[in-house]
Amino acid sequence: MSRAMTRSRRRGLSAALVSVCLLVTAALAGCGGSSADLTIYNGQHEQTTDALVAAFEKQTGISVAVRSDDEDTLAAQIDAEGSSSPADVIYTENSPPLEHLQEQGLLAPVDSATLAQTPARFNSPRGNWVGVSARVSVLIYNTSLIKPGELPRSVMQLAEPRWRGRLALAPGETDFQPIVTSVQRAHGAAATQRWLQALKANAGDRIYPDNETVTSEVNRGQVAIGVINQYYWYRERAQVGVAGMHSAIAYFAPGDPGYVVDVSGAAVLKSSTHSAAAQRFLAFLVSRQGQEIIAHGTSFEYPIAAGVHTAAPETPFAQLRPDPISLAALGDGTSAIALLQRAQLL
Amino acid sequence: MARVSKHDGSRYGGVRARTRARAYARAHTLGTTPKLLLALAVLVALALLAPLAFLIQEAARDGWSTLDPLLFRSLTATLLWNTISLLVVVTALCAVIGTLAAWFTERTDLPARAVWAVLVVVPVGIPDFVTGFGWKSIFHSLGGFAGATLVMTLAVYPLVYLPVAAALRNADPTQEEVARSLGLGRVRTFLRVTLGQTRQAILGGCVLVALVLLAEYGAFEILGFRTFTTEIYTEFLVGFNSPAACALSLVLVALSLCVLVTEAAARGGGRASRSGPLAARVARPHTLGRAKLPVLAGFAVLVLLALGVPLGAILYWMIHGGSSTLPSASIAAAALHTALYSAAAGVIATLAALPIALLSVRHGSRAATALERSTYLVLALPGIVIALALTFFSEHYAAGLLYQSSAMLIAAYAIMFFPLALVAVRTSVSQAPPSLEEVARSLGCNRLQALWRLTVPLIAPGLAAAFCLVFLEAVTELTATLVLIPTGVQTLATQFWAFQSNISYGQAAPYAGVMVLIAAVPSVVLGRWFDGLPARRTALTGRREAPAPETAFAEAAIAR
Repeated sequence: MSRAMTRSRRRGLSAALVSVCLLVTAALAGCGGSSADLTIYNGQHEQTTDALVAAFEKQTGISVAVRSDDEDTLAAQIDAEGSSSPADVIYTENSPPLEHLQEQGLLAPVDSATLAQTPARFNSPRGNWVGVSARVSVLIYNTSLIKPGELPRSVMQLAEPRWRGRLALAPGETDFQPIVTSVQRAHGAAATQRWLQALKANAGDRIYPDNETVTSEVNRGQVAIGVINQYYWYRERAQVGVAGMHSAIAYFAPGDPGYVVDVSGAAVLKSSTHSAAAQRFLAFLVSRQGQEIIAHGTSFEYPIAAGVHTAAPETPFAQLRPDPISLAALGDGTSAIALLQRAQLL
Repeated sequence: MARVSKHDGSRYGGVRARTRARAYARAHTLGTTPKLLLALAVLVALALLAPLAFLIQEAARDGWSTLDPLLFRSLTATLLWNTISLLVVVTALCAVIGTLAAWFTERTDLPARAVWAVLVVVPVGIPDFVTGFGWKSIFHSLGGFAGATLVMTLAVYPLVYLPVAAALRNADPTQEEVARSLGLGRVRTFLRVTLGQTRQAILGGCVLVALVLLAEYGAFEILGFRTFTTEIYTEFLVGFNSPAACALSLVLVALSLCVLVTEAAARGGGRASRSGPLAARVARPHTLGRAKLPVLAGFAVLVLLALGVPLGAILYWMIHGGSSTLPSASIAAAALHTALYSAAAGVIATLAALPIALLSVRHGSRAATALERSTYLVLALPGIVIALALTFFSEHYAAGLLYQSSAMLIAAYAIMFFPLALVAVRTSVSQAPPSLEEVARSLGCNRLQALWRLTVPLIAPGLAAAFCLVFLEAVTELTATLVLIPTGVQTLATQFWAFQSNISYGQAAPYAGVMVLIAAVPSVVLGRWFDGLPARRTALTGRREAPAPETAFAEAAIAR
């Protein structure tokens, strides 16, 4: 290769370097932090939040920036951010992360008018977060692999040897922790430990990272049965179509510790610099309009303010007969996490 | 052309290069260490050690009594076993596959050698979690140790292939010929001579593989395989247990120290000598003969598994993907952000590597070497640790300043992938003769002018390689990005992850496709750069001792 070519190549390189430097400057200048009026840390499914935020922005003119991630990740992040957290609102799928943040003293009290919109038993016992929607834990089973008559009546029966190799589990999902807490309350820590170990043995290598995978694998017939929250099944149906559904959901016996209602809620951060707008967003979530969006979107959760009904799930919320465990008893999930870790499921 | 014009003698590894560079630095000392250089280097090293300081601080927060039960539980043994067994098996497989593939493409009459040489490198540009996704979405039951071994081997073997191919190209074929003439068979010649010549390149590649494996998260999460890194994520993100996560991360740091020490011990003395500075020439390719078909079949299978499966899965899901209930997103905006952030990180890491490289090569004292080596540890730290360390420092010392800004995300990328930039920059600095700068200074240039007008143009290939390596890795970064990205912005990786974890494969696939396209550009550039460069320094300076830039990647892998 000639020296001239070498030189021209070097010149090309300098040009490339200079243009990259210019680009970088543009990147730094152009994409600064968000300039929205309100920042929401969203642990709820984006399907749910997006529709709510769009309607809220339209109604109020307040611009909203949404940061979506797993609810536990976001709560851990707020822990780390402390008093300088950019978040104004945190909106989660389950109550434990909210309870955790409340214990850390990071939440501001919710306006009492907002709390009054929903039944008190679905709100924070200390008034620092408001319940928005509810979900219920159910069995999902593949209809060609299992007959309805074979289904377990209790979540405890999933520990029986007959489910070996047929059970799917997503113990890393925050949705699973309330079930563990509820089993622990009903049967004590030692029995819960044995139960978890049996579940682990039955699931074998069918321990999945999330409920979406459990749902899809059961539906495809890769595994016979699993425990999920009801809306995953409806979402699967919305994605693959009715013709693609080879699974059904079933409820546990009334009052069974596996039959748990989880509450999805929202809170305003104490460190929020936009707390008026944040309180308005919470009020919107539990308003008639917000609850109707939840009832008729692709969220498939139960709105919990009075008088709003869902088309799917078909079973009305009032007809559910879950374990009557309170949200305070569900707590922040610490003991459930400890049990799951001891069973090597986390 | 490059092969013919090379007459500088062959080189096999970094030991000789370093010895020579040190001797040279001693003989041609440029005066005392410039204070500005030292200050810059210390500053960079401090930035890179900050995550470690954060780890120790956090781990010590609750005292030993809380860490003791966390570290010494049965799970730790399981994780240790998973991590180490995977490390050993995958590294060994990569060493075998990478070395054999390099030998066949460099030393035999394999048909369409040039095409295979590109095809076997491209998998390095495919994100590990995309490879994992590709396999998992086709073979649903894939998982556990076997799945993790398969996917990681296919994703990272080019890290061995690249340095070994470069080393083979520059190795002296005379030794093999002598061995053959003395009656050694082909196989034994390969085992005793060729492997000896490339040992340091193989080891260098293996270290990169091992460190990358230690920090891997996305692929293992998809495959349901638990290692220290996946457990660290669980502790941080599910257990709200930052001290536990930090303690586990320190175990990871200890493991990566073990890897570095093992490699240093295995490297031994540089015994691959050559017969003389003028003796190097192009090796006559071995004829494969009857082995041709099986070898071709082997290459076809390798490319099919490493490249065909992930690309095939992406295409399949782009065509057959169902609808998603997730809101749609802009792939162009995500691609733009990915490219900008990654390019910025590439520039910053490359610039930051320069003072460290200059200091350790030109003023190579023991302290400077220690300073340089300490910066490699960061490669084995999971992205979440870097992200939370930056969060911590921003929160505690700057009242949240710059938190979740583009600048902080770019800084995180630059820190995480700094070691890759350093290996490339350091190599080219060690190849640039200081005598030229001395001449420039004797002609009236000051130190900075000499650096800018002579050294920087000389080391430009190394700078470009450094930029490409960092860019490549940053494009596929996921976990630190999730924590630090400005709210409302998505990169290709975060949007892919959002769709993938919602089982919306049809929507995830195009993001993976664009990621592979963006990442393929620098991998091809990297490959071509090392392939097409002549021994330019030789032409420029007439110094026969100067090594050819083809060795840059080999050096890069070895020179740590």
